[in-house]
Amino acid sequence: MVKVEGHWDPIFGRLSLSQIPYDNPVVGAAFVFVVIGGLAVLGGLTYYRKWGYLWREWLTTVDHKRIGIMYAIVGTVMLFRGFADAIMMRTQQVIADGPGSPGILGADHGYLPPYHYDQVFGSHGTIMLIFAAAPILAGFMNYLVPLQIGARDMAFPYLNALAFWLTAVGAALTMLSLFVGDFSHAGWVGLAPLTELPYSPSVGVDYWSWAIQIGSVGTTLGAVNIITTIIKMRAPGMGWMRLPLFTWTSLTTNVIGLTAFPVLGVAIGLLSLDRYIGTHFYTTGMGGNFMLYTDLFWIWGHPEVYFIILPSWGIMSEIIPAFSEKKLFAYPAMVLATISIGCISWTVWLHHFFTMGAGPIVNAFYSLSTMLVAIPTGVKVFDWAFTMVRGRVTFTTPMLWAVAAIFMQIIGGWTGMMLAIPAINYMTHNTVFVIAHFHFVVMVTVFAVIGGATFWFPKVTGFTLDERSGKWVFWLLVAGTFTVFMAMFALGLTGMPRRLAYVPEATWFPLLVIEEVGVFFDIAAVAAYAYQMYVSVRDRKMHPAGRDAWGTSRSMEWMTHSPVPAYNFAVIPHVNGRDEWAFRRENHLEDVQPERFEDIEIPINTPVPLLIGVCTAAFGFAMIWRIWWLAIAALAAIVAIVVIRSFGGTTGSVIPASEVRRLERAALRLQAVPRPKSLIPGGAVAFAAGPRKGGGR
Amino acid sequence: MNADGMPFGRGDDPGAGDVKLWADLGHEHDMMSTRLLGFWLYMLSDSLIFAGLFVAYVVLSYPTAFAGGPTPADVVSPLYGYAETVVLFTSVFAYGMVMVQLKHDHPRMAMRWLAVSFLIGLAFIGMEAQELNRIAAAGELPQRSGFLSIFWIVIVAHAVHLAFGLLWMAVMVMQIGRSGFTQLVTYRLANLKIYWLYQGLIWTFVYTFVYLRGSI
Repeated sequence: MVKVEGHWDPIFGRLSLSQIPYDNPVVGAAFVFVVIGGLAVLGGLTYYRKWGYLWREWLTTVDHKRIGIMYAIVGTVMLFRGFADAIMMRTQQVIADGPGSPGILGADHGYLPPYHYDQVFGSHGTIMLIFAAAPILAGFMNYLVPLQIGARDMAFPYLNALAFWLTAVGAALTMLSLFVGDFSHAGWVGLAPLTELPYSPSVGVDYWSWAIQIGSVGTTLGAVNIITTIIKMRAPGMGWMRLPLFTWTSLTTNVIGLTAFPVLGVAIGLLSLDRYIGTHFYTTGMGGNFMLYTDLFWIWGHPEVYFIILPSWGIMSEIIPAFSEKKLFAYPAMVLATISIGCISWTVWLHHFFTMGAGPIVNAFYSLSTMLVAIPTGVKVFDWAFTMVRGRVTFTTPMLWAVAAIFMQIIGGWTGMMLAIPAINYMTHNTVFVIAHFHFVVMVTVFAVIGGATFWFPKVTGFTLDERSGKWVFWLLVAGTFTVFMAMFALGLTGMPRRLAYVPEATWFPLLVIEEVGVFFDIAAVAAYAYQMYVSVRDRKMHPAGRDAWGTSRSMEWMTHSPVPAYNFAVIPHVNGRDEWAFRRENHLEDVQPERFEDIEIPINTPVPLLIGVCTAAFGFAMIWRIWWLAIAALAAIVAIVVIRSFGGTTGSVIPASEVRRLERAALRLQAVPRPKSLIPGGAVAFAAGPRKGGGR
Repeated sequence: MNADGMPFGRGDDPGAGDVKLWADLGHEHDMMSTRLLGFWLYMLSDSLIFAGLFVAYVVLSYPTAFAGGPTPADVVSPLYGYAETVVLFTSVFAYGMVMVQLKHDHPRMAMRWLAVSFLIGLAFIGMEAQELNRIAAAGELPQRSGFLSIFWIVIVAHAVHLAFGLLWMAVMVMQIGRSGFTQLVTYRLANLKIYWLYQGLIWTFVYTFVYLRGSI
C-alpha cells in the first residue's frame, strides 16, 4: 500500500473532522439546502406513515416499472445537481473575467478558488453523463422495453433491482463528496497523470473513480438484463422487424454498454492500482504510459456518447410518428442506421485527441470513421422529417421537444463534422467550441428525455401533464440552450480555452454575459417545470388518461391500462404487425378483450439487492477513505449475502385468474374517460374526430 | 418464418384473415436458454475486461516500459507455465465430467467430479502463488516498472476469477448435496461450466501472450 500524505489511522483511515468543509460558504449553502430537503422528505414520510409503503412497494421491489421510476428519480435529482454546477461555472466565468475582476470568498477572481472550480466542472461532467443521463435513460428502458415487447417483466427481475441499487450507490457517493472530503479536480475524463497520487493527493479522485466503478457495474448488469429481455422475452409474433424503434435503440445501446463499460473498469481500475499500491501504469516515470489511460478511457468514452444518444433517438422515433399520425418513415433504414451507429461508435475514439500526435495516417483514419457517423445520423434526420411530411402533425409538448431535438441534432452534428477534420481540430482542440458542440448533442438527449417523459407520463401515472406550462418550459429551455451555447461557439472560435477558473481576456466579457443571460432562461425553465408539475398534480382529476393517452400512439405499451398493472398484460398479446396498437385501432380491434384469464406468477419482493447496495456503499466509502477493515468486511458481506441467497431459490407470488379478471374489469371502467381536449388548436382538430371508432384517419 | 415461427421481415402488413389477438394461455419463455444467454452476455463483458488488460500489456511491454528493470524473458518461465496449463486444463476436463454426470442424472458422481475439479483448480492457484512468490523474492514487484505492473495484474486478475470459480464450485457441491439436480441447480451448473471453460480459454491467451511471447 502506498503511504498517503497527512493523517491516517487504522480505524478511520483518512477520515477526520477536518475533512468536512464547514468553513466553505458555497458548500455550506448546499449543505443547508440538502439538509432541509432531506428533513422535509424524512419528516413527510414519517408524518404520513409512509415508511412501510416505501419499504414494501419501492425499496424491495423487483418490478421493472417501479425500478424504472426509481432510476428516473435518481437521475432527475442528479440532473438538478449537475445543473447547479453549471450555474456556478457560468457565474464564476462572468465574474472572473479580466485582470481587474473582483474576487470574493477567498478567490482571487470570482467567488470560487481554482481548486474548487475544477471540482465543480469535474462533478458537472461526471454527474450529467453518468449519474443523470444514463439513469434517466435506464429508467425509460426499464419501464418501456418489457411493455413494448409484450412481456410481464424483465428476464432477470432480481438482477434488475441490483443494477439499480449499484447505480444509486454511485450517485450517492458523488453527492457525499460534496460534504465529506472533496471531488476530483481532474475533469470528468480524469486526465492522467494529473489523477496520480503525487498531483492529486486528496480523496477527490478516489470519490470520482469509485463512484464511476460502482455505477458502471450497475450499468453492465442492467445491459445484460435488457439485451436478454429483448432477445428472449418477446411476445409471440414480435419478430425482429416489428420491434418498436425505442426497443431497437435500447438493444443497440445496451450492447454498447455491455462491451464499453468493462473497458472503463480496466482504465479506472489500473489508475486506482497506481493510487493504492503504487504500480506504474499511467505514471510519468518508471515505465508508465499516460496515453494508455487516454486511449482506454475514450475507447469507453466515445461509445458512451452513443450509449446516451441512441435511446434518445429511440424516444424521438416513438414521439414523431405518434403526432404525425403516420407510421415511421423507412423503418428498416432506421433500424439499420441504429445498428451501424452502434458499430461505428467503437471505431472513432481517437478523434478526442487528434493532437496527441499519432501521425497523419492514424488521424486520417479516425477522421474518416468519424465522418461515417454522419451517414446513418443523416438517415435518421431525414426519416423523422419524412415521417412528418404529409402527416397530420399536432404540436403537443412531446412533439415540440422531439422536433427541437432534431434541430439540436443538426447543429451538434454539423459542428461534430467540423471537429472531425484534424486540421480544424488542431485549432479548436481544448476550446469551448468543443464544449458548445457536445452540449448541443447532449441537449438532444435532454430534449428527447423531457419529451419522452411528457409523452409517457400518462402511461406511468394515469394523468397527462399540463400542456400550457409545458410549452413555457419548452420555449424557455430552447431560449436558454441557444443563448448559452451559440455564444459559447463564438467564444470557442475566438480561442477561449475550456476549464478556466479565471478568464484572462477582458474582451470576451460581452459573450460571457450573454451566456449568463442564457443560464437565467434555463433557471426560469426549471421554475416553469416545477410549476408544471404542481399544476398537473393539482389538476390530475381533470386530465385523466385512458390506456391510449394521446389517441394516436402506435406501440404495445398503449394497449394496457394507465397506470400499468403489476402484471403488465392480463393476457400476453399476439403481435400481428409493426405498430401493433395502431394496427388494432385502425381495424376496430382496440376494445376486443381476451375471453379467458389465467393465474399470473409475478416475482416476489426482496430486500437483498438493497442490502447488497448498502454493503457496496460501505465498500466504496471505505476504499475512498482507505479504511481497510471496513472494505474487507463489506466485500465479505457481499459475497456472503450472494451465497446465502443462492440457497433460498427464487419464488414468486401468484395472482389468481379470478383476481386478474376483477382487476381488468375495474380498470376498464376507469378507462371510460374523454380524450384530452385542452391542447393547442392543431391538437384540438386532431382530437375533434372523437374516439377513434371510424378507423383512424 | 424463422425457427420460432416468427415472421422475420415485412413486419408491417399483417395478412388479412389470419389475425390472432392473444397468445395461447400458458405462454411461457424458455428460462434455461434465457439464463444461459444472460450468462454468455456477462462473459462477453468479462472478455472485454481481459481485452483491456491485454491491450495494456502490449502497450507496456516495450523497452521504455521496463524502466531499466527486468524484461518479460527475465520473469516468465514457459515450461512452468506449460505445467500450469496442463493442470488447469485437467480441472476444466474434470468439470466436463460433472456435466456428463448431470446428463446421466448421477448427483453423487457429479459432486465427486466437482470436488476433483475444485482440488485441481486449487492446485493451479497454488502453482501460480508459488510462481509469483519466486518473482517477488527476486525483487520484481509490480511497483518496479510499468511492465511488471501489468504482468502482475494480468496474472492476478485471472487468478481472482479462478478463486471466484472455486467458491462457486464449493457452493454447488453443497447445493447438489442438499437438493439434487433441481432446475436452479441445473442452470447454475451450466453457467459455471461456461465460466470455468472460459477461464481456461483466457489462460491460453495469458500463456500465449505473456509466457510464450515474453520468452522470446
